Amino acid sequence: MTTLLDPTNEKRALNMERVGRPESLSGLNVGLLDISKARGDVFLDRLEERLAEMGANVLRYKKPTFTKPAPVDLRHEIAMNCQVVIEALAD
Amino acid sequence: MNRPALPDGLVVVVKRECETCRMVLPVLSQLRASGVELTVYTQDDPTFGAEIGALHDGDLSVSWHHDIETVPTVIRVVDGVERARTVGWLRTEWEMVTGASGLGPDLPDFRPGCGSMSVDPDLVDSLRVRFGASTLSARRVDVASAEDEFEAMFDRGWTDGLPVVPPTEARVMRMLAATSRAPSDVVAVVPPDLVEVTVEKVAINAVMAGCKPEYFPWVLTAVEAVCNDTFNIHGVLATTMPVGPVIVCNGPGTRAIGMNSGMNVFGQGNRANLTIGRAVQLVIRNVGGGRPGEVDRATHGNPGKISFCFAEDEVGSPWTTLAASRGVANGVDAVTVFPGEGPRCVVDQLARDPESLANTFASCLRTLHNPKSVLAFDAVLVVGPEHARVFAEAGWDRDRVLDELHARLQIPGTDLVRGANGIAEGIPTHLEGVTLPKFRPGGILLVHAGGGAGLFSAIIGGWANGDMGSTPVTREVTR
Repeated sequence: MTTLLDPTNEKRALNMERVGRPESLSGLNVGLLDISKARGDVFLDRLEERLAEMGANVLRYKKPTFTKPAPVDLRHEIAMNCQVVIEALAD
Repeated sequence: MNRPALPDGLVVVVKRECETCRMVLPVLSQLRASGVELTVYTQDDPTFGAEIGALHDGDLSVSWHHDIETVPTVIRVVDGVERARTVGWLRTEWEMVTGASGLGPDLPDFRPGCGSMSVDPDLVDSLRVRFGASTLSARRVDVASAEDEFEAMFDRGWTDGLPVVPPTEARVMRMLAATSRAPSDVVAVVPPDLVEVTVEKVAINAVMAGCKPEYFPWVLTAVEAVCNDTFNIHGVLATTMPVGPVIVCNGPGTRAIGMNSGMNVFGQGNRANLTIGRAVQLVIRNVGGGRPGEVDRATHGNPGKISFCFAEDEVGSPWTTLAASRGVANGVDAVTVFPGEGPRCVVDQLARDPESLANTFASCLRTLHNPKSVLAFDAVLVVGPEHARVFAEAGWDRDRVLDELHARLQIPGTDLVRGANGIAEGIPTHLEGVTLPKFRPGGILLVHAGGGAGLFSAIIGGWANGDMGSTPVTREVTR
């Protein structure tokens, strides 16, 4: 028998239950996260129009750069203010 | 295993195989007869020194824990604390440590000792595991005897697609011996899972990559260099572009560990070049959780994502080194990490004057990523020795070469705007009247490397640069 040392981080993924899907977006705060990829704003502008028509209260957010994870403060702010978030990946 | 305490008085460690130990046996009897507190440990033959009550250090625990490198070793212990030590036989030293006089009157004044069994190269790995492995905290994975350990490592997803060296405790302990840092020291926080990686975990992955222990400080430094917000290995890993960390090594240490800076510098055949870069990538895979098809979204990738690491040819270079140009003192070992794609060759066999060669370099650099792309990407220009000679003979130093290249890479907006030259890609049309540089200031990293024959150089294209993406990082190697 050979004993090896585990090269991994030995972490176990945390299983978290998803928040239930809302019946309607009307009256909800919907966050739109622009990841700062070129023309992502074009896509999000159109989404904002459509969401507003549905009665959603749209809040816009933007990552400083698409190459890095959203800063923790930004993630926290979105979580505190929004019931729904849409992240735009575009080019 | 706990470190065994030394008894007060005199402690002497010997072995029968050592001629000097046999020679001093009468001296030990003389000390015993004088009534001094004396404890003798014999490493090999348990009957050696039986007449003076020698104890057998059969598992070499005393020798290991008290750093016995030579036999005989004489230690004076007071209240459990070592106060003095001598090795071999030097009468004056023995008399000073023991406080006795007239020792071994018939013996020569001096005889060197022999190597302690606790530092015997054939034993030291197993001793390190026996006495030191308890300091390791990684989970132990038992591979059954009927199981193929190489297949078991593939099955567990621990490899980059090539076989890896089994990370046994003995191999990992040997790797750890190459650094002064404690196994539990945190080296960096590794994306994408943002996990703290310890020296021990880096050592495990360095073993798997095939590193020799003497490469380990370079691996540790390279891991530190990529895992930070400046280099942004998260983005380098996650991008759809074909880049990975390119590691350029500088300093006399590159020669000491046998790195290749010459012929076939980016290619196969050099263990240090290939395994240092591979170890960094295995850390990102195994500790950071960065795997292709998951957070690694590369459209094509490149073969250098297994390992892309090389040394600058400093000895043959007409220029200051890359590391020196980035603030590291000459003679200090350092790594520079660059987010790079695969190298491409620059051919110019006719240039004999620096202007002509600079024109070729600029023309090739101009096409990087897209001839109409400006300011977005950096590049490493690896100048081969035959090309470097053309510049050197004309007296062009590093700064002159870079200045000449940047001057040739100022591009009129009319060539860059969207639609120009029949290419939809480009900058917004309102910039038509502006002249823009292909590279930002400092965006070309000049390195001297490659074989002595061939009027060739190489370009390694970069990735989104600056705060938006990645900035090259240079770090001194610490041991």
